Amino acid sequence: MTKVARGSLLGIEHLDASDITALLKLARRMNPLKPRPLLRGKRVLLLFYEASTRTRSSFEIAAKSMGAMTTLVLSSGSSIEKGESLLDTAYTLQAVGADVMVIRHSSAGAPLLMATHLNVPVINAGDGMHEHPSQALLDAYTILRHKKTLHGLRVVIVGDIYHSRVARSAIHLLAKFGAHVTLCGPPEFLPELATSLAPGLHITRTAEEAVHGADVIMVLRVQKERLAGMKIRLQDYIARYQITLPRLKLAKRDAMVMHPGPIIRGLELTWEVADCPQSAIVEEVHNGVPVRMAILAKALGKAR
Amino acid sequence: MAQERESGSLLIKGGVVIDPAAKLNAPMDVLLRDGRVAEIAVPNKIRAGGDESFNAGGLVVAPGFIDLHVHLREPGQSYKETIATGTAAAAAGGFTSVCCMPNTAPVVDSPEWIAWLQQPQRGAVVNVFPIAAATQASKGAVLTDFRGLQRAGAVAVTDDGKPILGESIMRETLRLAAEINLPVIQHAEDTRMTENGSMNESTTSFRLGLRGMSTAAEASIVERDVQLAQQFAGARLHVAHLSTADALKAVRRGKRSKAHITCEVTPHHFTLIDADVGDYNTFCKMNPPLRSGEDREALVVALADGTVDAIATDHAPHATHEKIIEFEKAMFGITGLETALGLAISHLHREHKIPLTRIVELFTAGPARVVDLRGRGTLARGSHADVTIFDPKRRWTFEASKSRSKSHNTPFDGWQLTGKVIATIVGGKILYRAD
Repeated sequence: MTKVARGSLLGIEHLDASDITALLKLARRMNPLKPRPLLRGKRVLLLFYEASTRTRSSFEIAAKSMGAMTTLVLSSGSSIEKGESLLDTAYTLQAVGADVMVIRHSSAGAPLLMATHLNVPVINAGDGMHEHPSQALLDAYTILRHKKTLHGLRVVIVGDIYHSRVARSAIHLLAKFGAHVTLCGPPEFLPELATSLAPGLHITRTAEEAVHGADVIMVLRVQKERLAGMKIRLQDYIARYQITLPRLKLAKRDAMVMHPGPIIRGLELTWEVADCPQSAIVEEVHNGVPVRMAILAKALGKAR
Repeated sequence: MAQERESGSLLIKGGVVIDPAAKLNAPMDVLLRDGRVAEIAVPNKIRAGGDESFNAGGLVVAPGFIDLHVHLREPGQSYKETIATGTAAAAAGGFTSVCCMPNTAPVVDSPEWIAWLQQPQRGAVVNVFPIAAATQASKGAVLTDFRGLQRAGAVAVTDDGKPILGESIMRETLRLAAEINLPVIQHAEDTRMTENGSMNESTTSFRLGLRGMSTAAEASIVERDVQLAQQFAGARLHVAHLSTADALKAVRRGKRSKAHITCEVTPHHFTLIDADVGDYNTFCKMNPPLRSGEDREALVVALADGTVDAIATDHAPHATHEKIIEFEKAMFGITGLETALGLAISHLHREHKIPLTRIVELFTAGPARVVDLRGRGTLARGSHADVTIFDPKRRWTFEASKSRSKSHNTPFDGWQLTGKVIATIVGGKILYRAD
């Protein structure tokens, strides 16, 4: 891989299992209610080219709770609107004194481009259809609060996998720890070549088969904003792939339901499933803060 | 060395002449006089002598190379390349003739622009043969004035950069071009299937989260065009930068029928594959995209067996600010003039054992036939005095920073290549000599 700024987190693919384990361990020592001021005096730049609720707020709270200053730059209302390039924006923010940059961008590879040109660490908060590493880490963190190990765990990822950076990061992470990952969705959302992403992946086109005996069901949103002319009949999708209570019953009794959000109730899952006792959807958001505290602390060399 | 002589003679001695058009592969001396090949004979038989002589001992003396597919970026995009810098790069790559593509700003769609491209003020150092747009502004709607363009010097028509997509407009293009024996060059891409795509649809595109461009998007257009070309006697279809095994099948079918179908392959498509995009290397972003290993192997077979008519570079210079950006936003294309021979000899000759004579043919007689460049692509007596002298064994390292091109967007920077151009002679004048 190209040489990148030290401390950057660009994706799960190029991480070792030991890196991930260390980050999760660090996250467990982070208490958002009684945080240590590890980042006092540090400047965290949040550069968001795409909409975000969870990721943005939790990175900001994570940074502030450890004593850092944060500045948010959005593509609207900044010089990006005037045509400034990504790298020039990045150089500008480095020049104003950023110690770390958190970036969300609609173009895959944008964080890597920044990290190969900057001296400060870059954290990928989601790049196009590529990766969303902090989401995968918080999902692993959440699973491990309920399950002993990822190894041998039966995880189903159902929905729009093709357009999903969450899915790509999750698949890399789960495969590195030996989980049994089944991917489920229609061909438009799940091309056969998806199995090439990591060793041991399986594809099924029926939700019932996928969910049967699962330990974890990760549900993905149908990303209407990325469909780009793709014709998909939502009624058919709902009939075949929506996670409903009857389908959930096919999974193990203690199966977890997860979703990176935002959820669209009535589309990829029903209201009842979203709020059922097995749903970890709110907990995932909650866990985003300590995990992102760990990511920021690690990026700034404060991982003690 | 009298490099700037207007006329006079030059004797090239001691080399091995490879001239596939004349079925020649033997030690020969070549005498150039007044812009033509005056004599070609076994060593030490030419008595006339030259005003100058060039010792080609240990070197291959070939007809001047012809590149069917070059973007010289004029008019309108001289920040990327000019005719002067692009043809200087061509000379350094051994090309004595280049055909330049019309997707400039504005599009070269009128006889006036064809004439403009050929004016001496442009500063071309090698022969420039313009290719004209097939439709006005290459918008795919209204055909251009083929006769007028041909009279002004256009050697073919194309809407390169994009396809002539509509079936009825492509049919009309082939029909009218056939009447005047004008080749139609197609950029075969069904753009309805490649929207927002930035690389080959593959495990790599899936891994990187990039939208894919399928092989079917190329093959389906080639299949359609081959069928259309079969409908008109005299129609000449040339498939630009062919990159897929499936498109080759269609070309083979067309060649077996009576249709006049030709095709070209680029050095980057026979050298690299989609996985070389690695982690978003925009210097591996081009259109058509780098394909799979199987596609590349099929191209190598077709280059060897005669299905492919020419190696063409698709030299596509772009400024740094158009390449060092997000992958999906980066422009398609790489430079290629100065690395073509080295890549061909390194990969096709040394690695895949394609004979040198065949490689020379792909750079000379092959492309000359595609666009009917009479008296070029051969060293037969009376031909134009365009000669490329190269050392097929010389190892060298390509350094992008030393390129004659105005742009340095190449994936081959720092590559060790075998096969180096030693001298490029255009119209009897030595225009390039290796250090």
